[in-house]
Amino acid sequence: MNDLPMKPSRGFITLFYKEILRFWKVSAQTVAAPVLTALLYLLIFSHVLASHTEVHGVPYAAFLIPGLVMMSVLQNAFANTSSSLIQSKITGNLVFVLLPPISHHEFFLAYVLAGVVRGLTVGLGVLMATVWFAHLTFAEPLWILAFSVLGGGIMGILGMMAGIWAEKYDQLAAFQNFLIMPLTFLSGVFYSIASLPVFWQQVSRWNPIFYMIDGFRYGFFGVSDISPWISLWVGLLCVAILSIITLSFLKRGYKLRD
Amino acid sequence: MTTAAIRVEQIFKRFGSVQALNGVDLTVHQGEFFGLLGPNGAGKTTLISSLAGLTRPDAGRVEIMGYDVQTNYRMARRQLGVVPQELVFDPFFSVRETLEIQAGYYGIDPSPARRAWIDEILEGLDLTSKADANMRTLSGGMKRRVLVAQALVHRPPVIVLDEPTAGVDVELRQSLWQFVRRLNQEGHTIVLTTHYLEEAENLCGRIAMLKAGCLVALDTTRNLLSRFSSHTLRLRTMGDQPAQLGMVREEIADKENPEGWWVASFTRFDEIEPLLSSLRLSGCVIDELEIGKPDLEDVFVRVMQEKGCAV
Repeated sequence: MNDLPMKPSRGFITLFYKEILRFWKVSAQTVAAPVLTALLYLLIFSHVLASHTEVHGVPYAAFLIPGLVMMSVLQNAFANTSSSLIQSKITGNLVFVLLPPISHHEFFLAYVLAGVVRGLTVGLGVLMATVWFAHLTFAEPLWILAFSVLGGGIMGILGMMAGIWAEKYDQLAAFQNFLIMPLTFLSGVFYSIASLPVFWQQVSRWNPIFYMIDGFRYGFFGVSDISPWISLWVGLLCVAILSIITLSFLKRGYKLRD
Repeated sequence: MTTAAIRVEQIFKRFGSVQALNGVDLTVHQGEFFGLLGPNGAGKTTLISSLAGLTRPDAGRVEIMGYDVQTNYRMARRQLGVVPQELVFDPFFSVRETLEIQAGYYGIDPSPARRAWIDEILEGLDLTSKADANMRTLSGGMKRRVLVAQALVHRPPVIVLDEPTAGVDVELRQSLWQFVRRLNQEGHTIVLTTHYLEEAENLCGRIAMLKAGCLVALDTTRNLLSRFSSHTLRLRTMGDQPAQLGMVREEIADKENPEGWWVASFTRFDEIEPLLSSLRLSGCVIDELEIGKPDLEDVFVRVMQEKGCAV
């Protein structure tokens, strides 16, 4: 008994792998559909606004594409962790993850990283589908990578918090509709905050997602509303705060263990 | 002294106004086939959840194979396999994927040994032909087998089965018990909760009964049967009725015997002869006669009626 070779890290690797396999098995719904949605946004908005608008000296379609890519990264990282947890809680199969010797740190990392992977997969898909519609530059590729991972991380953790907190699908939908959607749509996906009245510019600066999109866009064009270094620190601070809260939920077994 | 498979010391757990566990003390020895019985809401599942780390007791201590489930949870959880009561499954995966993932959660690397063990479990539970089927396509009975397989995939020395045969057909029940008996013979400690008392009586060497969060009985099955239950003599007579001999009429008369049966309890077989002789002398003619063995159902009913919060 108990004579099979065991490695502590295998539990984390398996949970991470399983979370990726879970979304990949339904990739038409989890990857292809959001790519198509982003493509439709691009076609409609760029067609309507292309002849009128240039932002930071960049044609509107080119300005919009990084925003759409980042929005897809953020929304899908959130969707992956939140939907996986709420489904497992409601169907009861979360017990298979709670019974094994997986620590709360491993649990946290596996879910969040899988959320980041889904976000990046969809983001890459959106980029590949939209890159043909405008002349894009990749001025600072490392910033692109840093902000996509950081943004995916923030939303993956928020998704985890929502998945842990929610007991019903409509509670999760409320979290998504009243917090995540406003945060992403009012973050400069479709515009530069420089075009907003001063009051709304100030409001936008309280939205951490704004910094992620602005920093991400800097990676493409080398220009942004805010220094990418400030955006980076804001992102890291958000990750740290959200991680501490979520890890404390997991350590206490909040809404997971009685 | 051998380490206990399960040691529970004074655990208390309250959910709102309900005291789910009220100072339970329990030791299950290695290699035992142990029954945990009680009516709905008695605290069985809360106790099992406490063993598995799914529920955190308000007070008390739980050890699995000597490892504390809170302070040394990694080692404790490796020693334990739990078959949950609810028929839960992950609809994204096939049976084999489900087992491989579960093995991975327990830290078992992919290897020929892991594959061989999974194949052995699949065969033992008659799941080989369904290995590549998606979990959604399986019948309820098959899903139940997969739950058992998941609990065994890391070869735990202690296996807890929380009502594994609820809603399961006779054939599966038989094959499941055959497999679990084999595991017990190989040295695994088995803890079983069930509402089928006949199963518990046949399988378990020792039984604990819970009532409203308290342990109200704990003994070997044989001792419980002899302490709380007795043999019964059931008979149907022609002519005079044996009421005067201390026999009582069975409450439910069946259709074929509207007159019903008369019942007397006895503990030793040498009590039968005087009873029959009295019947003969009083002119009763016995039409049919049966001797019933003591059963756990009687024990259960009596314990639940009589016992309070102390063994």
